Amino acid sequence: MDTGDTAWVLASAALVLLMTPGLALFYGGMVRAKSVLNMMMMSFGALAVVGVLWVLWGYSIAFGDDLVGGLVGDPLQFAGLNGLIGVHDGTTPGHAAGEAEHLVGTVPAVVFAGFQGTFAMVTVALVSGAIADRARFGAWLVFAGLWMTLVYAPVAHWSFAFDGLVAEEGGWLAGLGVVDFAGGTVVEINSGAAGLALALVLGRRLGFGRDPMRPHNLPLVMLGAGLLWFGWFGFNAGSALGANGVAAVAWINTMVAGATAVFGWLLVERLRDGHATSLGAASGAVAGLVAVTPACSALNPVGAMVLGLVAGALCAAAIGLKHRFGYDDSLDVVGVHLVGGLWGTIAIGLLATADAPAGVDGLLFGGGFGQLGKQLLAAVAVLGYSFVVTLALGLLLEKTIGFRIHPDDELAGIDQVEHAETAYDLATTGAGARMPGSRPAGTTSPTRTPTHDTEVTP
Amino acid sequence: MRLVTAVVKPHKLDDVRNALEAYGVQGMTVSEASGYGRQRGHTEVYRGAEYTVDMVPKVRVEVLVEDLDAPDVVEVVVKSAQTGRIGDGKVWTVPVEDVVRVRTGEHGADAL
Repeated sequence: MDTGDTAWVLASAALVLLMTPGLALFYGGMVRAKSVLNMMMMSFGALAVVGVLWVLWGYSIAFGDDLVGGLVGDPLQFAGLNGLIGVHDGTTPGHAAGEAEHLVGTVPAVVFAGFQGTFAMVTVALVSGAIADRARFGAWLVFAGLWMTLVYAPVAHWSFAFDGLVAEEGGWLAGLGVVDFAGGTVVEINSGAAGLALALVLGRRLGFGRDPMRPHNLPLVMLGAGLLWFGWFGFNAGSALGANGVAAVAWINTMVAGATAVFGWLLVERLRDGHATSLGAASGAVAGLVAVTPACSALNPVGAMVLGLVAGALCAAAIGLKHRFGYDDSLDVVGVHLVGGLWGTIAIGLLATADAPAGVDGLLFGGGFGQLGKQLLAAVAVLGYSFVVTLALGLLLEKTIGFRIHPDDELAGIDQVEHAETAYDLATTGAGARMPGSRPAGTTSPTRTPTHDTEVTP
Repeated sequence: MRLVTAVVKPHKLDDVRNALEAYGVQGMTVSEASGYGRQRGHTEVYRGAEYTVDMVPKVRVEVLVEDLDAPDVVEVVVKSAQTGRIGDGKVWTVPVEDVVRVRTGEHGADAL
């Protein structure tokens, strides 16, 4: 066990956990004031559901012994993190008291499990952006648990469970030599494809394309984007699973790709719409971070700049797709995470350099088409699996317990219907709210009576 | 008595207030308002989706005055709020039947 590595992965896990509340702000600011609480609750709901189920069986599905063909791990092997919490008591030679008995690499297996759990949380939360304003909260929680179990954990097994990392035999994509350092397939393509499927199942918001649906609080969006970027250093550099040179390269690439992507997005906006917007800057940063997620260990910093610049421009262009095709991916999970994730995953086949820790050359560095082919295969496989299973899950929930809220409730605002709250009370009159039993009693003011009425009527 | 209501550009509020104080008006009620007349709003763009925002922010100033003062007060407001550009606003008056000062219960001109 390495204490430096362990300290870094523990800190990274906390950074990644903060990404989900950060996402809640990012998404929450983008919806209308009447549904901001529900938007944020979908992220907090993901924290709660996945935080439990990941420990109970999610981690084991992702990192347990492979059951069949690199597709899924044994859900019972580490159920409840069983057998992983042992600590040396100082009597074993070579092991200090307090050292974990079970390691993944140089860090305690439980630290690794916790770190991976925070990825599962934020990935589930990302999907919610596609179904803003219109999903029943209870159905969302059920979806979150099922989706983590049937989609996220298996796909994490495919890409993240390297042979010998935890189990002897791991996932099929990792075994093929696909480079996905921190989750271009597992997190980004996966959530983006699922978002598209759910947007299709739930249908468009009432008034989509006709009524204005302006973001109600852009400072919240920018704060959220800032917290996401901050947390992303744990996401990417933490995925080195050590405080080392690999983490360093991932860290610097995470910084520059986010930065150039801001430029890429704003450039497209300036040319297309005439202005560089704050929402564009926030979205651009996220698009670049999405794209560099799988690639941050495989590029040199200039390559990461190119990757980010293209990601920003590409995603800025892609957000128009929903209007062209008429699906209501409300907060652009497809435009940013699916498109950015596809670009980042595939671009490794073009821009990777063997100088970087991943040690592979892409097409532009003389590596031929080999890596590009593997990256394409991984992208298509995860896209297809996630879309199909999510579509089936969404339809099942819609037909059984019901996923979409009633149109009247949607018009009134989902916050007051699903959560019995309103986000903002800015009026000095308190919006006319009063406590039960506070109706006027024993007042000395004249009361309107029928007799009084007849007296004043001429 | 008359109620003078003025809807003016927000950045002219200080000028209107100073001019009314100089004229001798003792108080006023100010509220934020939005709307449009001949002046129309502006365009906003969010992730490429364009919105026209027609309602322009304004402030509404309300002053209760004696009948005799009303024409002067209107003129004071118009002069102080005028920029000569479209969107300067409107001023109008309506008759008021009675006014009561809540603290003392005084009625009519005494309550002004």
